[in-house]
Amino acid sequence: MTLLAELPDVDHAPLDHDDHGHHKEPTWILKWLTSTDHKMIGLNYMITAMVIFFLSGAMALLLRVQLTTPNGAFLSYQQFNELFTMHGSLMLYLFAGPFAFGGLANYIVPLQVGAPDMAFPRLNALSFWLYLTGSITMLLGFITAGGAASFGWVAYAPLSGVTSSPGAGADLWILALLLTGFSAIFTGVNLVTTIFYLRAPGMTMFRMPIFTWNMLVTAILILIAFPVLTAALIMLYADRHFGTHIYSVQGGGVPLLYQNLFWFFGHPEVYILALPFFGIVTEVIPVMSRKPLFGYKGMVFATLSIAALSTGVWAHHMFTTGAVLLPFFSLMSYLIAVPTGIKFFNWIGSMWRGQITFNTPMLFCIGFLIAFLMGGLTGVMLASPPIDFATHDTYFVVAHFHQVLFGTTVFAGFAGLYYWYPKMFGRHLREGLGKWHFWLMFIGFWLTYMPQYLLGLRGMPRRIAVYPGDPGWQGLNQASTVGAFIIALSFCFLLYNLWISWKRPLPAGDNPWDGHTLEWFTTSPPSHHNFTHLPRIRSERPVWDYNHPDHVTIEHAAAGHTHSHGSADAGGVPE
Amino acid sequence: MKIAALILIGVAVFFAIISAIYWFWAYEDGGTMMLIGTVLLGLLPGGYYLWWSKRMKPRPEDLPNATIADGQGVIDAFPGSSIWPFSLAMGLFLIILSAVFGFWFFIPGAAVVVGSLVGVTVESRRGGTV
Repeated sequence: MTLLAELPDVDHAPLDHDDHGHHKEPTWILKWLTSTDHKMIGLNYMITAMVIFFLSGAMALLLRVQLTTPNGAFLSYQQFNELFTMHGSLMLYLFAGPFAFGGLANYIVPLQVGAPDMAFPRLNALSFWLYLTGSITMLLGFITAGGAASFGWVAYAPLSGVTSSPGAGADLWILALLLTGFSAIFTGVNLVTTIFYLRAPGMTMFRMPIFTWNMLVTAILILIAFPVLTAALIMLYADRHFGTHIYSVQGGGVPLLYQNLFWFFGHPEVYILALPFFGIVTEVIPVMSRKPLFGYKGMVFATLSIAALSTGVWAHHMFTTGAVLLPFFSLMSYLIAVPTGIKFFNWIGSMWRGQITFNTPMLFCIGFLIAFLMGGLTGVMLASPPIDFATHDTYFVVAHFHQVLFGTTVFAGFAGLYYWYPKMFGRHLREGLGKWHFWLMFIGFWLTYMPQYLLGLRGMPRRIAVYPGDPGWQGLNQASTVGAFIIALSFCFLLYNLWISWKRPLPAGDNPWDGHTLEWFTTSPPSHHNFTHLPRIRSERPVWDYNHPDHVTIEHAAAGHTHSHGSADAGGVPE
Repeated sequence: MKIAALILIGVAVFFAIISAIYWFWAYEDGGTMMLIGTVLLGLLPGGYYLWWSKRMKPRPEDLPNATIADGQGVIDAFPGSSIWPFSLAMGLFLIILSAVFGFWFFIPGAAVVVGSLVGVTVESRRGGTV
């Protein structure tokens, strides 16, 4: 896609081809359709993902209304099945992942490494359009005669076969994931290439911001995991329509193979969703504490080992099938707690004795730490086969993965939105409204999910549309519904905040947080091809070094010298 | 370049160990095959990077003392704007929908895909629309 050329007469950074004048930039709708600028594509991704998020959240509210009373009649069984399937699918496949690796990473990674664009801009655009058409394909299921897919977001094999799930909705679900799967793979290739090849001079691998590191590891995980999902779904489609018997017992197939394939994708997918958000938190906490990151290399190795271990634990989702090796998967799952603990230690170490500003991005990060700690601890519990046998497919598991995923994708995701919004649009979001958003969401979060742990321990299975009145599940379910509506209310503050920032902008300037990494060196919003000049890069926070020549970061690079060359050298004119 | 290679080789080594443990402990074919696939995924690009990193001068982005001026020269040619990614995706969308809404969707879809592939290739040979 791109052409490497050796032309010595052009400067490095401002490689701006629009000045040549021999072609006109398209305008208005055509500009949007034809743009290959990573910033525009990143924004397209984020806006689409937010729309998906609100759609899927509305579905969750319908589900909660149905479960408020025993024997609820708000939804039919079929509608309930469709809605929980689509809620899960939209959130996991179309919101959480694309928001992180399609949206934020697309926008931020080239800026953080000092690159003019992603390595393959047109492939990047193709990724977005495949993601958009995939999302539309999945939603089209609602307007087919048989309704949308209704087999859960995992689509386990006998249930997703053509006899149990006839109709076009299920086919559209499978095909949608083929499109978005390829979109994710292309984005993964693009990110890896950008990070390996388009870094600014002096930006060695061990000077990259942790967000970029995490996106590199996420992209490698995408390349490991998504092809398996695509293959599994093609075989599922072949079983449904071409008469193969890969997953059907009648024809000599193995239904359990689908679960193995799916979770070999599915568990790394959880970390594809989590690692980018760990990266966001790792960017925000040191900036808001006015300290360098504590334990940079430990953070990198923790990320790498979380990713590596996450690919060896897939069958802990299948403990109750009785056909997997319990001690192996249990042990591997426990091991993941170690690098995650290192990350927690380093986050707290970065805050320790810092000058912490409790503004909105920082509050969301702290909310993330607490929420993810709770979700992570119950995850360690579930890694133990005896506990898993007792709680499998109950609301305990539902509460666990909602705390993990809501904690990462929503708390940390909105930390990232509040943190980088000034960079993307050159204007601030209102602090007061942001704090309302945070506190309402924080209260709603705990009120929604803590009762679900208790419901699970009292034996309420997941994915049931009605439940009897006698086991005493009603009160807890009502608390959970109230919590869900408080979360919904909190997002009204976000929407109002976004709207008011367009109506009456608060200009933010180029570097409102006194940031550390290269994206804060350029204008807000960044110009076409991002940089007109770059600072010297001698540590993992070059912009801080440039702005504070008296307080140069101690160097972590492998070069052998411990300090950079001091203020006289580092604080000069930008090169 | 060397660190990039080592990350991917590390993926291969780690999963080679895990696949060995898993195979001799669980005797399960499916999981072992997927783990071996992951070994290859790390080994192929990682080996390529390692091979290159021994044969090339260190790039300015890998040198801890490089200045911005060291990176002079064109680093890449970036296309300004292009309609082909959009039309390619629309063609693929039609092809995908043909599986559900009828085979005739396939014909315009395939035409658009082929046209877009030709278009994007020709655009590349011209050096993009830059």
